[in-house]
Amino acid sequence: MKKKTKTIKVDYLARVEGEGGLFIKIKDDAVVDVKLKIFEPPRFFEGFLRGRDFKEAPDITARICGICPVAYQMSAVHAMENAFGVKVEGPLRELRRLLYCGEWIESHTLHIYMLHAPDFLGYQDAIQMAKDHKGVVERGLKLKKAGNAIVSLLGGREIHPINVRVGGFYKVFEKQDFEPLKETLKWARDAALETVRWAAQMPFPEFEQDYEFVALRHAEEYPFNEGRLVSNKGLDISSSEYEEHFQESHVEHSNALHSILKERGAYFCGPMARYNLNFDRLSKLSQEAALQTGLGKECRNPFKSIIIRSIEVLYACDEALRIIESYEKPERPYVEVEPKAATGYSCTEAPRGILYHQYSLDEQGKILDAKIVPPTSQNQKTIEDVLRKFVPQYIELSQEKLTWQCEQAIRNYDPWISCATHFLKLNIERT
Amino acid sequence: MPRENKPKVAVWKFASCDGCQLSLLDCEDEFLALTQEIEIANFPEASRAVIEGPYDLSIVEGSITTPHDAERIQKVRQSSKFLITIGACATAGGIQALRNFKDVNEFISIVYATPAYIDTLQTSTPISEHVKVDFELRGCPIDKMQLIEVISAFLKGRKPNTPAHSTCIECKRRGTVCVMVAQGQMCLGPVTHAGCGALCPTYNRGCYGCFGPKETPNTSSLSSWLKKQGTENEQIVRVFRGINAYAEPFRKESELHEKENKNHKG
Repeated sequence: MKKKTKTIKVDYLARVEGEGGLFIKIKDDAVVDVKLKIFEPPRFFEGFLRGRDFKEAPDITARICGICPVAYQMSAVHAMENAFGVKVEGPLRELRRLLYCGEWIESHTLHIYMLHAPDFLGYQDAIQMAKDHKGVVERGLKLKKAGNAIVSLLGGREIHPINVRVGGFYKVFEKQDFEPLKETLKWARDAALETVRWAAQMPFPEFEQDYEFVALRHAEEYPFNEGRLVSNKGLDISSSEYEEHFQESHVEHSNALHSILKERGAYFCGPMARYNLNFDRLSKLSQEAALQTGLGKECRNPFKSIIIRSIEVLYACDEALRIIESYEKPERPYVEVEPKAATGYSCTEAPRGILYHQYSLDEQGKILDAKIVPPTSQNQKTIEDVLRKFVPQYIELSQEKLTWQCEQAIRNYDPWISCATHFLKLNIERT
Repeated sequence: MPRENKPKVAVWKFASCDGCQLSLLDCEDEFLALTQEIEIANFPEASRAVIEGPYDLSIVEGSITTPHDAERIQKVRQSSKFLITIGACATAGGIQALRNFKDVNEFISIVYATPAYIDTLQTSTPISEHVKVDFELRGCPIDKMQLIEVISAFLKGRKPNTPAHSTCIECKRRGTVCVMVAQGQMCLGPVTHAGCGALCPTYNRGCYGCFGPKETPNTSSLSSWLKKQGTENEQIVRVFRGINAYAEPFRKESELHEKENKNHKG
């Protein structure tokens, strides 16, 4: 067979958040270059966080990402509380998990139905898909709305919620205020179960990868805000040790930093990592649903991430219901926080994976230095490495089909590019 | 029935968090109905399909922070009959406009210390500083029902109904007890544009200005009230220097207090 030389170029990746492109060069049927180009303009958050008050961090960092603002708020408040030696427990801690459930549901559902499923079913977008699968798209939108209903009530609004503060919340609700959510979430749990089954029958290519998965692991729970950072290849550290084990580097073709494990290189965080490392922490319902699809307790096929996101949506609905049912209003909406000169660290599980925040503060609680590492920046290198292996399997496809396959292979990771691109300043300052 | 010859609507992103364009996808009950009325001709976040311009309506999110984007917005304007901007980034430069207050030389030296090429402007500016804008929808994020209202208004050729009075008025209408008077909290409600429904005071906190300055805001009066409550100059600078820091009335107020602060300390 004739050897082929070709270039795959996607100037502007669609159905991912933010501005990115793809460049792949193939020579003699071998992939010689893969670049996930990120040209999203840097916004220098870490720069202008300096000099701000610690109380402002959750509101400011939320603006890094319009789809996962809760994640930024959670990592920010936990890092501040870590610095000041404050522990938020009981119902306030539960409410934080509830808020995260809402964000996982809306963010994952957006990706499953509107960004990812059209690839499997051969549509340009969910609008086209709705022409043939109206009921399915409507179910997706309604399920997404259920997640947003949690964030809207508890956070004040879906995007950039206003109720989160260091120490807890500005306002907490009576038990009966959550009543209307119960019915919504019961429907959502059923819809999530249907979503798992629906996602599981998509056409999946055979494509297993030997990833190093990195996620939080908690003694009892499926992780949101707490736990140790672990991997399937031996990592087991606290968030405060992050800097000792991870390293960011600046590559020319990307405005987002590439993150690697110092000892072993590229790694992979997000729903697949959480699932593989925490299957035993999922609710019984979610475990059963997963096993019924034949997925198994471990999964290394990135295309199947659509099933895993669906399982996490199911888990989040289940967990949200558990929290609402056992909720008792706390005496105070927040724990008092006394600032002191210190450094605080936190990793929480954003929908797309671990989100690391680190702040150094002075005795008044003014931010001296901030470091933020978002999930997409951490997965960038893995996305490129995996494309390198993926392309040769499909080299015989037409240019158009191969391009679409590559786009899909990127969308498997639900990259969120705006998030990943605000972190140049720190790199610069450390060189 | 879906209409024939649907108006072509394009969504464009500049420096932003994507939250405002996501508001369109957050219209879970209205989204499919909306696509019956308009043709989404360019919306990369939601679709691979791209239809060439010209467009009947362009919805622009984000601020201008790179030379490339400063050129790109000109092309967007040329291909659009109407152009509306959505959100604090597009209408005021956004939170990333905090860079505009830094010492430029210090900033450049930091940027160029890296061997890599970073193509960025020294300021983050609103779209209206670069091209003619037909309507600005405020908010960080925008209110999704206001977005639907604005799209409908443009497609019908009428003026959008988005009140320009203060958040304070929304708060009074809601019957929320004033957090500034009753609790002594810092609140930008009296000078902030309506749109959120006075969310923060109903959650026991002061407004922090997501919707930017209202029409003819009396910022100096608010500052003197804040001072009477014992607020330090430095805090006043910070509260005006937030999500809409570069919007002129807020910028001038923060610069004034920054100067006072320096004189006081100096």
